[in-house]
Amino acid sequence: MTRHPSKKGRWRHRVKIAFASIFGMIFVAAAAGLGYALYPRTMPQTQMIEDRLQPAELDRLRQVSDFDEIADPTVRSVALFEEAGRVIEHPRCMNCHPRTDRPTQTEAMRPHTPWVTRGADGRGAPTLRCSTCHQAENFEASGVPGNAKWRLAPIEMAWQGKTLGDICRQLLDPARSHMTREELLHHMAQDELVGWAWHPGANRRPAPGTQEAFGSLIKAWLDTGAACP
Amino acid sequence: MSYTLSVNGRFHDVDEDGETPLLWVLRDSLSLTGTKYGCGAAQCGACTVHLDGRPARSCSIAVRAAVSAQIVTIEGMDGAEAVALRDAWVKHDVPQCGFCQSGQIMSAIALLRNIKQPTDQDIDLAMSGNLCRCATYTRIRAAIHDAAAKLGTST
Ligand code: FES
Ligand code: FES
Repeated sequence: MTRHPSKKGRWRHRVKIAFASIFGMIFVAAAAGLGYALYPRTMPQTQMIEDRLQPAELDRLRQVSDFDEIADPTVRSVALFEEAGRVIEHPRCMNCHPRTDRPTQTEAMRPHTPWVTRGADGRGAPTLRCSTCHQAENFEASGVPGNAKWRLAPIEMAWQGKTLGDICRQLLDPARSHMTREELLHHMAQDELVGWAWHPGANRRPAPGTQEAFGSLIKAWLDTGAACP
Repeated sequence: MSYTLSVNGRFHDVDEDGETPLLWVLRDSLSLTGTKYGCGAAQCGACTVHLDGRPARSCSIAVRAAVSAQIVTIEGMDGAEAVALRDAWVKHDVPQCGFCQSGQIMSAIALLRNIKQPTDQDIDLAMSGNLCRCATYTRIRAAIHDAAAKLGTST
């Protein structure tokens, strides 16, 4: 005669199996985690500055010939200036055309740190000149940008907070730009401080296109009557 | 490459990569450790030295760009302004941890050489590039005023 386990005994057996499988699963998961944690893999390596910096994305500028199909010279002129405006309104240019006495910096155009002021000649206060930090060239080791002509645009040439049309009219007004049209073209196409905007160093994003392409757009805009948006 | 630097009135030959920050050469090669390394990014002013009499951040100047300059560090600083400021610094017990202080004094000397009796605003303008994590700013300002007053009465 076989002995049937009692009802109580069966339940005890089931509970034992349930606990054993829960502990089993925990043990397997812990063993797998430990195996994963201890599995050999390469440690983070030190990097050269160049590798750490993201390659700046290059934006292209449209060529003057791309606007040839616009028959109306005034419309063409405005279109040329709007394309050039992608450079003019770029942070690399805008940061040094502030509407206050303090420049801005970075892509976000935040107020310059340390706190500095333009001074009488746009090159800083007599006791805290731009050249205290900014040298004749970009300096990669500290990331500080530089150019021999480093300075702010005069306050009459403030661009921040203005529309592209306002900037356009301001550029053409010698009382505010302090430039004839020839000088304006030279400033845009050849000035080396303006040219810095395409070679800003570190991981700063350069202005779109090249200074040459930008200069060609400005020249074509002036040649087509310098119409403003 | 070899460069000859004029530091504190003496010539030093150093063999460095031309892109090495002047600060590293001063501290590591010439053992002039009075000039401090704070941020390495021209943000704090701890590394201020004088180049041809003008304050400059030595962390942001390549050694090859400094060869033609007369470099003066805190160790070589002398003159009426330096003495007056040092005395005022002691009198007002300006430093706390002291790390920023050589840079502060280098900027303050340049200020007093430019403006004999600076206002609070002049001081703010000249010293805004020198940070102090211990916030000794009010004592710095008082000491500069004190030094200026001393210089004013002694001339
Ligand atoms: S270490 Fe040069 S400014 Fe901070
Ligand atoms: S005294 Fe400590 S940082 Fe200025």
